[in-house]
Amino acid sequence: MLEISLKAEELFEIGSYTITNSLFLSFIVLLILSSFALMFRKKTKIIPGILQNIAELFIELLLSLMDSVLTSRKKSEKYLPLIATIFIFILVSNWLGLLPGVGSFVMHKEHGNIPLLRSPASDINFTLTLAIIAILSTNLFGISELGFSKHMKKFFNFSNPIKFFVGILEFVSEFSRMISFSFRLFGNIFAGEVLLTIVFFLVPYIAPIPFLFLEIFFGAIQALIFSMLTLVFLSIHIAKEEH
Amino acid sequence: MDAETINLLSIALIMIFGVIGPSFAIGSIGSSALKGISRNPEAASKIQTSMVLAIAFAEALGIYALVVSLILKFV
Repeated sequence: MLEISLKAEELFEIGSYTITNSLFLSFIVLLILSSFALMFRKKTKIIPGILQNIAELFIELLLSLMDSVLTSRKKSEKYLPLIATIFIFILVSNWLGLLPGVGSFVMHKEHGNIPLLRSPASDINFTLTLAIIAILSTNLFGISELGFSKHMKKFFNFSNPIKFFVGILEFVSEFSRMISFSFRLFGNIFAGEVLLTIVFFLVPYIAPIPFLFLEIFFGAIQALIFSMLTLVFLSIHIAKEEH
Repeated sequence: MDAETINLLSIALIMIFGVIGPSFAIGSIGSSALKGISRNPEAASKIQTSMVLAIAFAEALGIYALVVSLILKFV
């Protein structure tokens, strides 16, 4: 029977730092994205080429999506780097995880073979890190927009008992958001991996094609959901309280 | 019953009860989105985006059950 491992396997160690196979693929994603960024930094032109046209179209789409939540272009341009980074990083890592070769290239170890590459989001550490970054940065943006004491008043408010309990609920929900963020992405991508492995094991030809399309679709949807939720929480945190 | 049997049974039960809620949710989201689109066909694209988002949220709950059963199976 085929082998499915819930946690990412260790490839090798640098000092005492272990490199797992999903970390290895996320380094590759990082390399691809940063080389794109460096290439565009030099070659940006007023009359755009094909690649630049596509990138501009994409950024415009993302900005108009953000406008519908934040309601002003100035704010969406300010918070575009966070949202777009999360979106592009998750999207590229999900789609790279579907390429042939991920999972089929193996590395020989003393106890059996382990795959050299693995979709980054099918490792809980990756998704948990992204969730913590997203929640912490929304809180930090809230502090920078409203001021420290005003932001903390959302969580610790002693003016009346109802507000006190609502504040406590808000505080707990920040942590439950982290958990739901990370498990949503992890569960979807890992379930997709398991589904594809089983389908490829049962019927190797033709039958996996619709499932591959499904996984391409889900990779994009999950990236969109992660960034949209970050955006919604951000807009909640930076909104001024109205009376 | 030995432990292995109980483990397999519990995996099946988790999937049965974990999928009921999301399936009702996805059904009602889809039906209300269709109602909205048929009443106002111009708003179809806007309704579709939020429908897909809402379906993904509902589906995530089923995925949680799947993750728990996968942990039980493979760990």
